Amino acid sequence: MSSLIKFIQKAPWSAKIGIIILVINIAVAAFAPVISPYGETEITGDVWEEMSLTHPLGTDHLGRDLLSRLIYGARNTIALALMITFLSFSLGTLGGFLAATLGGWCDTLLSRTVDLVLSFPTLIFALMVLSVVGTSIFSLICVIAILDATRVFRLARAVAMDIAVMDFVEAGRLRGEKTGWIILREILPNALPPLVAEFGLRFCFVFLFIAGLSFLGLGIQPPTADWGSMVKENAGAITFGIFTPLWPAAAIAFITVGVNLIVDWFLNLASGLKE
Amino acid sequence: MPTGLPNGGGLPDMKDMTATILKRIGHSVITLFVISILIFAGVEALPGDLAESILGQSALPETVEAFRKELKLDLPPHVRYISWLGDFVQGEMGRSLSNHRPITELIGWRLSNTLFLAAAAAVVAVPLAIILGILAALYRNTFFDRIVSMVSLSAISFPEFFIAYILIALISVKLPLFPSISTLDDQMSLADKLYTIVLPCLTLTMVVLAHMMRQTRAAIINVLATPYIEMARLKGVSRLRVVVLHAFPNALSPVINVVALNMAYLVAGVVIVEVVFVYPGLGQLLVDSVSKRDLPVVQASGLIFASVYIGLNLLADLLSIASNPRLRNPR
Repeated sequence: MSSLIKFIQKAPWSAKIGIIILVINIAVAAFAPVISPYGETEITGDVWEEMSLTHPLGTDHLGRDLLSRLIYGARNTIALALMITFLSFSLGTLGGFLAATLGGWCDTLLSRTVDLVLSFPTLIFALMVLSVVGTSIFSLICVIAILDATRVFRLARAVAMDIAVMDFVEAGRLRGEKTGWIILREILPNALPPLVAEFGLRFCFVFLFIAGLSFLGLGIQPPTADWGSMVKENAGAITFGIFTPLWPAAAIAFITVGVNLIVDWFLNLASGLKE
Repeated sequence: MPTGLPNGGGLPDMKDMTATILKRIGHSVITLFVISILIFAGVEALPGDLAESILGQSALPETVEAFRKELKLDLPPHVRYISWLGDFVQGEMGRSLSNHRPITELIGWRLSNTLFLAAAAAVVAVPLAIILGILAALYRNTFFDRIVSMVSLSAISFPEFFIAYILIALISVKLPLFPSISTLDDQMSLADKLYTIVLPCLTLTMVVLAHMMRQTRAAIINVLATPYIEMARLKGVSRLRVVVLHAFPNALSPVINVVALNMAYLVAGVVIVEVVFVYPGLGQLLVDSVSKRDLPVVQASGLIFASVYIGLNLLADLLSIASNPRLRNPR
């Protein structure tokens, strides 16, 4: 624990800001029912009320307290984005490591499939798949995780390729170790630093992607609070000079900037170690 | 003085280059073909069939049968795929399920609107990105460079609609300069159209600017590390001249590549911006059709997006082959 604090103390100021932003967001998400002044779907006032003591950020298009919706939205959106990123990471790294260690037809098949998916704009692909399978949380998770796994696959394969030709992997193979052992004990530990930085980048991408789909009305469905759909629901207010939709949009920007600042620090650390 | 592109110590072998280009084009055609199969098969994989899922459970069997005939669902899949693709290539895309208008008519006008918006954004963004990238490389590690990289980092992290709504709040509501809703019609003059799309165009510019600028900066800084740049500096050439005339031409290949990739992104990434500004483009149509589950329109517009995207990616690769002598002569 104390070594972790020392490690963070040595971080540049930009990374510290990033860490603070992330901690705030996680705390808000974790303690949502305790902090939030009202319930997630509780109607507590008039439509699009101004900021006041009872409603610090005003109310939304149905008269619900915007601050409470933002707090619950943090919980829903962050949890969903984390879940999808974990899933896409497991799929992508497993595929990438398998392609790199097995080579041959397995590599060709996986790489060609991934190239095919990557040759198509992600948002359009997701829209088309969702039009066929319908919009539900489950299909949302599967579609984004699979699309995102293709990008993780590329990186994981490239990193594992470099490691798979090292002498110690060769030695392991000659000892008669199985593929699973080589992947878990030899490739994974050595591939971890670049993959950790990539995890942050992927999280940002997934987060923005969910927000975008929700904004288009095809992601998380109401009345569940979610930052992307909150922007969409309150978009009409802006032409009356009420800036309600800017709050959830700013919340999205806030967390992605925070994660990006931390990722930058990790990338610098990883490249510094190599020199 | 190395003002032009170096030509790799001799004329490129034209035969090799043609083969490389043909291979790359063939690759794109095959990709597009496979994607068209995927798009077709995706709808095919629906539980039940299209006629039932549209008409609902309560529809009379005769109605479903008639509707099936209309959609040609009574034919086997491969026959329908070939006739669908054949019709698509000839510009005949069938009718929309929701309003029964011909899809070609629906899509044609919207596609031209989308391309118009993307082109306008490109005309603003590309020169700006290259100039800012050169400046950032020239004054690297200064205050200016840091500001530019901060702004570009935030532009990457911000969702498109955040940038769009900030722009609306600032220069449409607070200062009523430009309209916040960009509806176009055919009677409008070019100047009127351009005035209407100022805000979406600005949003798109900010979205793609950062990426292009960072790549330009990185590509130029990469070249600046080479010995001939040091030589030029030592013989007393000014910093600006070194960057613009010595470094930039040799950084052209990655720059052209990233510009073309961003153009592809512009065409496909306009979806959210179109929805924010209620712009009558192809992206808006696609989103509407997805929520109405108007599958023939989704298929057709998806395939068009795919063609434009793959085409621009192909262009990116061909241009970088043409501007890089090493790629012109593969091993």
